[in-house]
Amino acid sequence: MKPYPRPKYWNEPTMGWWERAYIFEVTRGLFITGRIFTRNMWRWMTGRKGALTTYYPEETRADYAPLNRGKHILVQRIDGTPQCIACNLCATVCPAKVIEIEAAFNPANPEHPKYPARFEIDYSRCVFCGLCVEACPEDAIRMLKEVPNLPALDRDHMWLGKDELLTWHPQNDGAKR
Amino acid sequence: MIQDLVIALVLIGYAVGVLLSFGTVLTWVERKQAAIMSDRIGANRAYIRIPFTQVKLVWLGLFHGIADGLKMMLKEDFKPKTHDALGYMLAPWIVFTPVLLVFAVIPFGGTLDPGKLVPLLADWFGQRTYPLQIARLDAGLLVVFAFSGLTIIGAMLAGWSSNNKFSLLGAIRAGSQMISYEVVMGLTVLGLILIYGTIDLGSMVRQQSGVVLGFLPAWGIVYQPFAAILFLTAAIAENKRIPFDLPEAESELICGYYTEYSAMKMGLFMFAEFIEIAIIGALFTTLFLGGYNPPFLTDAGFALPGGSTIALPHALVVLLQLAVFLLKVLVVCSFQILIRWSLPRFRYDQLLTFAWKILFPLALANLAATVVWIWIMERA
Repeated sequence: MKPYPRPKYWNEPTMGWWERAYIFEVTRGLFITGRIFTRNMWRWMTGRKGALTTYYPEETRADYAPLNRGKHILVQRIDGTPQCIACNLCATVCPAKVIEIEAAFNPANPEHPKYPARFEIDYSRCVFCGLCVEACPEDAIRMLKEVPNLPALDRDHMWLGKDELLTWHPQNDGAKR
Repeated sequence: MIQDLVIALVLIGYAVGVLLSFGTVLTWVERKQAAIMSDRIGANRAYIRIPFTQVKLVWLGLFHGIADGLKMMLKEDFKPKTHDALGYMLAPWIVFTPVLLVFAVIPFGGTLDPGKLVPLLADWFGQRTYPLQIARLDAGLLVVFAFSGLTIIGAMLAGWSSNNKFSLLGAIRAGSQMISYEVVMGLTVLGLILIYGTIDLGSMVRQQSGVVLGFLPAWGIVYQPFAAILFLTAAIAENKRIPFDLPEAESELICGYYTEYSAMKMGLFMFAEFIEIAIIGALFTTLFLGGYNPPFLTDAGFALPGGSTIALPHALVVLLQLAVFLLKVLVVCSFQILIRWSLPRFRYDQLLTFAWKILFPLALANLAATVVWIWIMERA
């Protein structure tokens, strides 16, 4: 039986005798990986870090991009109340349906009578799309570049409530009065 | 007589212990070495918590092997409905047992004189000495090949009895690959047999303790550097690890001939693979790297190239030989792992072409060159 004709590809590699002999290039590859191994091993042995990866929950990256969509925060007014008016737009637009808002009425404040009594985000389902930030008419929810402290042993511990979301206190910010 | 039995049991216990711990430790070495090679940290999450405290011992992830073993033992042993009961049950053991048996003929230390080692037992043992080797067989190397050939049967049986097309394909691939590379392996070793004039592994190692050209240790790799490369290549292919992992071929055959195995049966296949790394390391050390002797050491002590000798006490020599053997094996194992994480896989036709059209003629050429060289040396 004739062997199945192998297709010729447009980017078929052209190899000289050096590459064709295989053993030389393989040895070179082994030297490369071996060099990196010894280099990293030496770093670990001299008490430095020999890896590019991060030992995640214990160690977080410092170089998140400034526009990275990390964890959510609720913007605060001067008096510390959330700027959120519990309009539920973010919860409506959320594709993963992770935001749960319970609105409440505050007769003492005629300017902002409606406020969220409960504002919770389920990070076990959040897809970090940032649509909630886009949808918010009051600029009340934003995303920081830092990631939320997610790792937990079960899903119930991946909910962040109002307490955690209201921890953002920037020095100067155009927050509404 | 009873003394022989005691010593034999001790040696068997030592060998089995060494092999099993190598199998466990190598899973860790493989993970960590691969991680460090590729700028990662590697497995470091499994821990043992000291009871009643919050102290967690991580020890660089050393417990991941234990966690794996535990997981394998506790998992459901799922069997396909249509498997062949007998073959399915036997196959993992047919793969696993010969791998352990190969070690029986490999000498892992020089001569042991128990009377000298433990003065209390001097009367009981008298003048008896024992080579640190489970079975002192004249046909050592042949036994190695005989047993490592048995593994093929296990792989084929596993694939056939699973009644799964992927398994069967994997088994057929395993059969053709292992038989092809077995031939190459045998041919590469023939050169060594010609040089040493024996196939007794213990005697081979003793012949390698000398010095050649005045300063080089008379290791097999010095006499037969080419055969060493070919042998290591064929041995890795024999073990079906990554550059030659066509029988498993995750991307094509799911898991090859052990697709249908789960829990500890699958664990046995994996364990056999890791122990075989150690076995290859031990074989390579014995055949090419001077066995248990560091350069210039003999059973009496160091014999340096300048003609000076340093006598060492018996206990120290034995310990040194055991340690050096383990060290050499570990180095060869580490090199195999380096190869496994560096080289891209072969295509299947490339694999067999590599065996029959490249390695086989090279091994033959090496054998012919050795024969000619020996003939010239005998004439001269």
